[in-house]
Amino acid sequence: MSGDLVIDVRGLTKRFGALTAVDDLALNVPKGAIYGFLGPNGSGKTTTIRMVCGLLKPDAGEGRVLGHNVLTESAAIKARVGYMTQRFSLYEDMSIRENLEFIARLYELGDIDGRVERSLEQLGLASRAAQLAGKLSGGWKQRLALAACMIHEPELLLLDEPTAGVDPKARRDFWDQIRKFSEDGVTTLVSTHYMDEAVQCDYIAYIAFGKKLLDSPTREIAARVGLHAWRVAGPDLGALAHALEAAPGVDFVARFGVELHVVGADEAALARAVESVRARPGVTIERIPAGLEEAFISLMARAPEAVR
Amino acid sequence: MSGFSFARLKAVFFKEFVQMRRDRLTFAMLIGMPVMQLLLFGYAINNDPRHMPAAVEIREDGVFARSFLAGLSQSSYFDIVARTTSEAEGERLMRSGRAAFLIVIPEGFERRLVRGERPQILISADATDPVASGGAVSAVQEIARRAFARDLEGPLARLAPSPAPFEIIVHRRYNPAGITAYNIVPGLLGVILTMTLTMITSIALTREIERGTMETLLATPLRPEEIMIGKTAPYILVGAIQVALVVTAAMTLFRIPFSGSAPIFVLAVTLFVFTNLMLGYLISTVARSQMQAMQMTFFVFLPSMLLSGFMFPFRAMPAWAQGIGEALPITHFLRMVRELMLKGAGAADIWDDLWPLAIILAALSAAALLRFRRTLD
Ligand SMILES: Nc1ncnc2c1ncn2[C@@H]1O[C@H](COP(=O)(O)OP(=O)(O)OP(=O)(O)O)[C@@H](O)[C@H]1O
Ligand SMILES: [Mg+2]
Repeated sequence: MSGDLVIDVRGLTKRFGALTAVDDLALNVPKGAIYGFLGPNGSGKTTTIRMVCGLLKPDAGEGRVLGHNVLTESAAIKARVGYMTQRFSLYEDMSIRENLEFIARLYELGDIDGRVERSLEQLGLASRAAQLAGKLSGGWKQRLALAACMIHEPELLLLDEPTAGVDPKARRDFWDQIRKFSEDGVTTLVSTHYMDEAVQCDYIAYIAFGKKLLDSPTREIAARVGLHAWRVAGPDLGALAHALEAAPGVDFVARFGVELHVVGADEAALARAVESVRARPGVTIERIPAGLEEAFISLMARAPEAVR
Repeated sequence: MSGFSFARLKAVFFKEFVQMRRDRLTFAMLIGMPVMQLLLFGYAINNDPRHMPAAVEIREDGVFARSFLAGLSQSSYFDIVARTTSEAEGERLMRSGRAAFLIVIPEGFERRLVRGERPQILISADATDPVASGGAVSAVQEIARRAFARDLEGPLARLAPSPAPFEIIVHRRYNPAGITAYNIVPGLLGVILTMTLTMITSIALTREIERGTMETLLATPLRPEEIMIGKTAPYILVGAIQVALVVTAAMTLFRIPFSGSAPIFVLAVTLFVFTNLMLGYLISTVARSQMQAMQMTFFVFLPSMLLSGFMFPFRAMPAWAQGIGEALPITHFLRMVRELMLKGAGAADIWDDLWPLAIILAALSAAALLRFRRTLD
């Protein structure tokens, strides 16, 4: 089984003083998959990614990344992994081309000029090659960072919130790119806070307080979380929301534009709660499948109890 | 796993150059600082040094010679470090810097003294450090007069009245005119190199950490020794420019002779440049921020100015201060440069300071590699 797993680690634990940033975490990422890594701020996503690529030494745990021992063979892992940091971490006082050339040389690649040229083309950076990285806008910086971590054609991409602060068009381009890499057999572990990105992943792991709460193929998540949802629309949404939130059986009410999504784990109680507002003038209700977003809001709301 | 890679080292090396080129202010500082300091320090700092190491060359032993020597060693000005009867040995002691003074009592001194022929006592002073030699030389006259007055009693009392029954000939060696710039300018070379090179490499790693780029570097196959050499080597060039600048100024502006061996000088300077770069780099593996690195550099810089023999004559310092001084790279460098530029010394003469410097360099590099954190924690 582990033959197909690019990341296969268990029991990963990292402590910073009294804080356990990552606690007994296991990750199984199959080859070619896009693996989404979700969780609130400070939940340990960056820390986990850093342990996987050998930038942090785990306090406990074992396993293999690309077939190499994650504890002892970080040099071999680094040579085959592309890591895009959460914070832009290329040289702002060097041009796009200089940055790419520098990184390419560190991997001792052949035909550096050709490679840099292709990478500039591929990511649409060619026209700006001579521009200093520090002068680029956020979206362009992201592109450069992705180009840099791809330059040595890694088999595993670790992307830490690669699209934070990037406009929707650039984000879509970015994901098209990732999808293309995936089709070529590149495995991707990507952390994100965006639901529209999460749904594009093949698998999703959700962590909170350093613990993994959920790990499943994306389309099974809502079912696994065991949620039911209704759509409620009508005049005076605020009053409606208040009434619903107070009703038994409703876990939470989320507002989407001009409608409310009413979510709960207890199917029967939820149905009764929604029925109770149906009689109000102009209100329409409709049963809908629970989506990812509902699942994560619910997970986050439940997280503290689940962990403690 | 993967071994040392020259290609990766080269990548880091050229990257530093690209960044150096963009950082004009720092580069201007590296070149401007030597010029400024040269002009500022062209003037001397005066004091009255004591406990200067002296050697005596006694070609003929006798009552008066011994009495004079006793007087010398009782005075706080001199410490007698060697006695010899050979002229060649006396010369060697001076050139290697073990003795700052050589006091020669010639053959037939006693006989001629008794005959009232006013024989000569020859004192050679190492005037490469004129401040150090000045006070001590004038003290000799007084010491000699008193020592002889005590002995010239009884039948010899007739010799006692002034003028003294002997003559003291002072011979200022290496710097006959006692020009302070001769001392200050070569010393300044050491100070400039210490200050700028240590400072610039002290931020080598802290800057990468503060800017977040360390995370990128550590995620690549780069090895610690490749980072260390790649990040420090570009500044060898900066050091070379500074040396050329100071030496040129020394010879043209201050007319300081260069009498030693040029290849040996280059060797000594190169070793010293490496040592400073490593010292800075070690600081950068310890410091947590660029600010901290600067503070630590100053912590090194202060004793380098005060305890190295740059500001105050080394031999006149208390033992503990000399102990600290011996551990500082600049102390050894100052001695070598003065011996090379002013005394015409060769490899054999500076060996005493060459090997301690090499050991300091090796220790600093080893410590820096040990301190290097391969991970972010
Ligand atoms: N070097 C460190 N020293 C001390 N504490 C740290 C360190 N790095 C991370 N932490 C702590 O570990 C916890 C997990 O941090 P981590 O950066 O992994 O979270 P994250 O899931 O990436 O959060 P975000 O979504 O905000 O990026 C946080 O509480 C953080 O403060
Ligand atoms: Mg993070």
